Amino acid sequence: MINFQYSRATDVADAILLLAAHPGAKLIAGGTNLIDLMKENVEQPSRLIDISRLPLRKIEETADGGLRIGALVPNSDLAYHPLVEQRYPLLASAILAGASAQLRNMASVGGNLMQRTRCAYFYDTATPCNKQTPGSGCSAIDGRNRNHAILGTSASCIATNPSDMSVALAALGALVHIAGPSGERAMALTDFHRLPGDTPHIDTDLGTGEIITAIELPPRGFAHNYSYLKIRDRLSYAFALVSVAAALELEGDTISEARVALGGVAHKPWRSLEAETALRGQAATTDRFSRAADLLLRGATASSHNRFKIELARRAIVRTLTQAASATPQSQAHKKIA
Amino acid sequence: MNAYVGTATSRVDGRAKVTGAAKYAGEFAADGLAHGFVVAATIPRGRIARLDTSETLKVKGVLDVLTHAHRPPLADKDEAWKDEVAPEEGSPFRPLYDDSIKFNGQPIALVVAEDWETAKFAATLVRVDYQEEQSFATDLEAERSKGAEVKQLHKPRGDAARALAGASVRHEADYFVPTEHHNPMELFATTTVWDGNGRLTVYDKTQGVQNVHKFLCSVFGKKPDDIRVLSPYVGGAFGSGLRPQYQVVLATLAALALERSVRVGLTRQQMYGLGHRPATIERVGLGAKPDGTLDAVTHEATAVTSRYEDFSRNDTGWAEQLYKSPNSRFSHKLVRLDVSTPCDMRAPGAASGVCALECAMDELAVALKLDPIELRLKSYSDRDQSEDLPYTSKQLRECYARGAEAFGWSRRNPAPRSMRDGKELVGWGMATGVWEALQMPVAARIVLTANGHAEVSCAASDIGTGTYTIVAQVAADALGLPIENISVRLADSTLPQAPVEGGSWMAASSAHAVLGAAEDIRQDLARLASTMPASPLGGVDAADVILVDGTISKNGDKGRAVSIADAMRYGKLERLEKQKLNQFAEDKSHARNTHSAVFAEVKVDEQLGVIRVTRVVSAVAAGRILNTKTGRSQIMGGVVWGIGMALHEETVMDHRFGRIMNPNIAEYHIPVNADIHDIDVIFVEERDDRINRLGVKGLGEIGIVGVPAAIANAVYHATGKRIRRFPITLDKLLD
Repeated sequence: MINFQYSRATDVADAILLLAAHPGAKLIAGGTNLIDLMKENVEQPSRLIDISRLPLRKIEETADGGLRIGALVPNSDLAYHPLVEQRYPLLASAILAGASAQLRNMASVGGNLMQRTRCAYFYDTATPCNKQTPGSGCSAIDGRNRNHAILGTSASCIATNPSDMSVALAALGALVHIAGPSGERAMALTDFHRLPGDTPHIDTDLGTGEIITAIELPPRGFAHNYSYLKIRDRLSYAFALVSVAAALELEGDTISEARVALGGVAHKPWRSLEAETALRGQAATTDRFSRAADLLLRGATASSHNRFKIELARRAIVRTLTQAASATPQSQAHKKIA
Repeated sequence: MNAYVGTATSRVDGRAKVTGAAKYAGEFAADGLAHGFVVAATIPRGRIARLDTSETLKVKGVLDVLTHAHRPPLADKDEAWKDEVAPEEGSPFRPLYDDSIKFNGQPIALVVAEDWETAKFAATLVRVDYQEEQSFATDLEAERSKGAEVKQLHKPRGDAARALAGASVRHEADYFVPTEHHNPMELFATTTVWDGNGRLTVYDKTQGVQNVHKFLCSVFGKKPDDIRVLSPYVGGAFGSGLRPQYQVVLATLAALALERSVRVGLTRQQMYGLGHRPATIERVGLGAKPDGTLDAVTHEATAVTSRYEDFSRNDTGWAEQLYKSPNSRFSHKLVRLDVSTPCDMRAPGAASGVCALECAMDELAVALKLDPIELRLKSYSDRDQSEDLPYTSKQLRECYARGAEAFGWSRRNPAPRSMRDGKELVGWGMATGVWEALQMPVAARIVLTANGHAEVSCAASDIGTGTYTIVAQVAADALGLPIENISVRLADSTLPQAPVEGGSWMAASSAHAVLGAAEDIRQDLARLASTMPASPLGGVDAADVILVDGTISKNGDKGRAVSIADAMRYGKLERLEKQKLNQFAEDKSHARNTHSAVFAEVKVDEQLGVIRVTRVVSAVAAGRILNTKTGRSQIMGGVVWGIGMALHEETVMDHRFGRIMNPNIAEYHIPVNADIHDIDVIFVEERDDRINRLGVKGLGEIGIVGVPAAIANAVYHATGKRIRRFPITLDKLLD
């Protein structure tokens, strides 16, 4: 870890001013990922701007019946908030599928969106990585890539986004509220994270000097027919090989609205509007779910060690949609996959 | 009297551990303590062309940077670096010795600073240019053909090749066990305290303080009195602390260089540069007669070692102890690669070798259409065949019976994929476990004071296994005192002799050392008591006197007793001190082993391949169990580890870089609570009057042996898929 300067922001405006005044500075809230990366010398910020005391810890209903979640709300508080448990249980479930209780207590909502890939080559300063040092090459493409991306990859990078929470947020159609030197803006969560392309070192469309202030959930919560299923190498405290967030609205046996997002398969939470359209107006059957899986996975490509993820994702999508349709969501507390 | 031995006595050090009073090597303070941070090599093979520390030395608070070119002298002969458990062949690794790089992660510099964070930061400023050797290799499977045979531990019997070729039913296959790392909870650390005039007190994370003491004296050319090594508590080691690790050399080197106290702690990542369970290809061949009795056993292990030392363990030959076969052949090959020297890791050799053997036995049972237990019973051996010796005791047959009954084995449908629970396929598998019952010379000292308190001391380490507790139990019983009146001191190189704590030998060895010293105490007290005026023990033979309830008493007649306190007062003794070295009589007429039968239930999601180990029954025969509580914990820990070995553990290396890519416990998976379900430990009664006075065999290793195979066999039974490459991850079931 290198030495760094430390400032504490007094309010959002102050944080923006500090960011502008100190190129090379990074914001820190819970620090659950940033400090790990600093210990490995992967992140070497010249200064940390501590935003953990900013007044961004509220969870409030919006005028249209949605929910506005302050960027500093701890992951645990969000997962166990009564309004989230009642109206957005998919989000609660996805959060509880991630990390450990201790990490969820520390990690902030905004920080969760900013966490970086767990690609082993990115984490090791001794191996080439385009994310770490642009142009140095991707070690994963011909290396140990068992848990790398199968969708939206590029010749520069096959890393995945490790978040569980973001997968549910993508399915729920969340908005990200951002403040910066030129004012406030909002963007869809699905536009927030980028595909690697030839700039894999840029994870998100958060601009220089900007700060996430809140996440907004639209009113539709899919509280009845949902499931978050995470498949991993052990039953807790491991990153997803594949995860699926499924949310349905049913009229009788007919799907009136469908959302499916995948985690662990791409550089961002993966949605396919085509797949969701193909489910709408259809009966909730395994065949239809398989068809949706095909559409979601269209264009999937395997590297040397992760071919199994394509078939695993296909089966996980069908299982998760089945769980959602039957209103028997995957439990994150039971020691088994339902 | 056995008030404590054989009972579920709680750990005497439990309170100290949970309250933080127990101090570990990296926690000892000293005036002016400096902190060292290791700079590790990032190439697997080559030379240091240039090592520039100028920027590092400019950092405020940095005291020095030790390198091969800038350090106090170190011994230059291999003999000086050979610790008591070093491999016979090769040159032990010498940290900061010269410019050669032998493995990725090798320490190449130590930055010493006033505090840990400064040292850690300054270490990032060390600039290294390497002269890289391009022809390095770290991939066992790619280099398999280079395997060279090491000394055979077991002589061949009969003509195994011919018998195998001609067997009516034959199974032969390769099983692959990957590199694994111990990952004890406690990070490796050493605090070397500078006592002045070149004398040092070294707090080290080690399984053997006297081993480290002798090693440091020879490496640094010191007299025995110049160095004292302590390791009062060890937060797990599992073999990784058997040999002195490089941080103890570096901390001591820095203390000598700076003439002040220095602590060197390794990070979790740096610990992957220590020893490891070597990746091994186990080739097992089994040939059977039509009736299912074995006619041929072959087992060839090809394992990784480093380029500088030949580390090998007994992977093969376990069949000699388990199964009768007229023909057998065993061989062990080593492939030298550009990695650090492997080392012992829980049940070294057996964990991997018996895993392969017991998977192969399951495959043979399938081929013969025999129940796996029946197959094993058909060739059950009452003698160790390699030496043709009977066992001191062997209740393996009873392990099979008791384990099978507790598990409900008789309800098993032998057909693969025949048992289900909803979306999950259910599989039941079993395997045998075997380990050696070793015992070593250990000395103990007892100081009995007139207030009825005894201090028992011995240089042995307690690596978390419960040595403090069993020593206290044995002493309390032998001295007839309540266990609260016994205090135990361990793991100080100045205490009575003990070897490294390993091989499951310490329970039997330390217990008998305590018994020996207690026996001398008893004799002195008996003599003393019988000479007291009007002694109720007058005329009683000393051999007929026992210590019980704080008294010196005639055996079987509590009425004839003198209190220990009165006797010592009479003898004007404040304290009675006895030290005894216990040497077990050499007995080459019998084989000594512990055994287990392990039964596992797995449930496998048929679509997704997710595997759960929902039940394990481990029936263990290991002589007398000194403490059923800590003993059960030992076996449970072994079962959990076995689940990890079967399903999770793998050190992932990128052979293009010769570098470990998952050197942390987020990505190096071991089971978490969610992966663990019911574990039932059964201690099968095994009376053994021959092995030693207490009939103790030791429990450290046996708990893991057999578990990975039982799980792999259960996975086959559930899915019909035979996975011979560990760990069994879900992708291997999806094809």
